[in-house]
Amino acid sequence: MIDCRNIMKVYRSGDGRDVPVLKGVSLQVADGEFVAIMGPSGSGKSTLMHILGALDSPTSGTYLFNGTDVSTLSDDDLAEVRKKKIGFVFQAFNLLPRATVLRNVALPLVYAGVSKAERDQAARSALQDVGLEQGRFLNLSNQLSGGEMQRVAIARALVNDPALLLADEPTGNLDTKTGEVVLRTFEALNRAGRTIIIITHEQDVAGHADRVIHIRDGQIVKDEKLR
Amino acid sequence: MKIRDLFEETYSAVIINKVRSGLTILGIVIGIGSVIAMVALGAGAQSSIAANIQSIGSNLLTVSPGAARGRGEQVSSGRGSAQTLTLDDAVALKAIAQVKAVAPQTSGRYQLKAKAKNTNTNVLGTIAEYASIRNVELSLGSFITEQTTKSSNKVAVLGATVRDDLFGLGADPVGQSIRVNNQDFKVIGVTRPKGGTGFNNQDDVVYIPLTTAQRFLTGNNFLSAISIQAADQQAMTAVQEEITSLLLSRHSISDPLRADFNVFNQADLATAATSVTDTFTILLASIAGISLLVGGIGIMNMMLTNVTERTREIGLRKAIGGKKRDISAQFLMEAVVLTFFGGAAGIVLGWFLSWGVSKFAGIATHISISSVLLAFGVSAGIGLLFGYYPARRAAKLNPIEALRYE
Ligand SMILES: Nc1ncnc2c1ncn2[C@@H]1O[C@H](COP(=O)(O)OP(=O)(O)OP(=O)(O)O)[C@@H](O)[C@H]1O
Ligand SMILES: [Mg+2]
Repeated sequence: MIDCRNIMKVYRSGDGRDVPVLKGVSLQVADGEFVAIMGPSGSGKSTLMHILGALDSPTSGTYLFNGTDVSTLSDDDLAEVRKKKIGFVFQAFNLLPRATVLRNVALPLVYAGVSKAERDQAARSALQDVGLEQGRFLNLSNQLSGGEMQRVAIARALVNDPALLLADEPTGNLDTKTGEVVLRTFEALNRAGRTIIIITHEQDVAGHADRVIHIRDGQIVKDEKLR
Repeated sequence: MKIRDLFEETYSAVIINKVRSGLTILGIVIGIGSVIAMVALGAGAQSSIAANIQSIGSNLLTVSPGAARGRGEQVSSGRGSAQTLTLDDAVALKAIAQVKAVAPQTSGRYQLKAKAKNTNTNVLGTIAEYASIRNVELSLGSFITEQTTKSSNKVAVLGATVRDDLFGLGADPVGQSIRVNNQDFKVIGVTRPKGGTGFNNQDDVVYIPLTTAQRFLTGNNFLSAISIQAADQQAMTAVQEEITSLLLSRHSISDPLRADFNVFNQADLATAATSVTDTFTILLASIAGISLLVGGIGIMNMMLTNVTERTREIGLRKAIGGKKRDISAQFLMEAVVLTFFGGAAGIVLGWFLSWGVSKFAGIATHISISSVLLAFGVSAGIGLLFGYYPARRAAKLNPIEALRYE
């Protein structure tokens, strides 16, 4: 599914210097894998994830997603890929603050042209999957706790039933119990054939994955198969 | 993205920013409102002038005498003072094919007296046909008849203003007598008011038979004007030309530039008046248009602020699969919806303004469907025009950069 070759990402800092963040990352992920990415803060995990999620393009290197070279696609074609194939859980959640939980979760389906009734249905079942109480569904998203927001963000990533699910620290704001609920959802999705990549700082969380990739300073330093 | 969802997104975005949306709309409301009110004012002026012209008579041509100008002579004496038109001229004009009616007239200002009251007014000697040519209607009694003209009776038909001046407001003076230039006249009728003010007061006049006027007042056989009614609107120009050539030959003048009369076409007056009111309307409308433009810039300003403020939201929408088209459609729709509602409210405001103007200032106004449609079109157009740039800016944002925006 994913085939990265020698990906580089260079940011231009405020004072005009070039800051290399990814320094040649090569990575293959097969269909149906459950991968965890670990590494210290600032090592480039989120940056890599954005590239894998077709949200950002690498400065150099090639990224083949399902065999297509993503770097040659137009903005709108990338949007199409994201809409159809990828679910993304942002580290900062990025919920629409003055919209209800249901509307937030259903938003990707609006762009997919799904009818309102079906959207509502799908959003409710995604929220149930991540264990959010039904009573919260009509709350505005800025009235939620951090953990609740995180679950809403995950539900939004699941709602369009993506082949690839990318989650940037999906359990960072959750207690162990709800964290477990979310991870179990990921495992279930994985068993159903979804490819899942999560970023985490916690060894326990990484333990749910089939494979752990360690990143340090913009490079892969270790790639271990757990099972 | 479905159209219905687009409306829903737009609705919630507009509602979230109620106050700001309201203020932005206000600019458009005022702009459209003033355009509509101004155009209504112009159209009202136009139709009241047209009605005024119509009240003078329809398909009307007037021949007035003018001094025969010698070579190099620049100064002509005042209109109507020259003595070049006669009753025979008027009779001859009646023979022209498309002439429906002819009314010769002679006029002058005389002192009028009834009991203790005095007035100085225009006394017009004419014949029965004058009433139909000039749309004179009577509220009391009757107009001059063929009989009264034939026998040079000393009878008078009073204009409404003259009646009010001499006998009191709304009085019935028929059968009473008045003194015109120290001669007794019997009042046989009063005309229905036509309106007009100041110098143009069409009710400040007294009608007497032409023959009476010539014998007892002017003492000569010359006319001060001939009113001619053409058969219809299309015949006007042809009739005007025929009158000119007939009178030229009757007066044995070969050079039309040296004619001792003027033929005046009512349509010319209407055209002149229309062009004046048109200019007036355009002037008012363009001033109002400027305020509409300012309102449009307000929309653009709001949409730009909106795009900046909602950068993260735009980033997210793109991240979850929103295409450029979806994003720009959303912002464009917001702008169009704002201007559309602004336009609708502006139409109400414009209607209210023009109603107020006609109610409290007594100026006629006329709101036309076309100006309403135009205003609607313009406001939606402004939405598109001024919404386009911010919408495009939003659509071009890179999702990750947009999401990082603080
Ligand atoms: N748009 C940008 N412009 C400049 N520098 C950036 C930009 N985005 C990220 N960086 C830098 O790139 C580096 C890697 O950032 P990234 O967010 O990928 O780290 P991370 O591994 O996800 O860290 P964390 O675990 O804290 O989330 C950081 O040093 C960050 O400052
Ligand atoms: Mg990160």
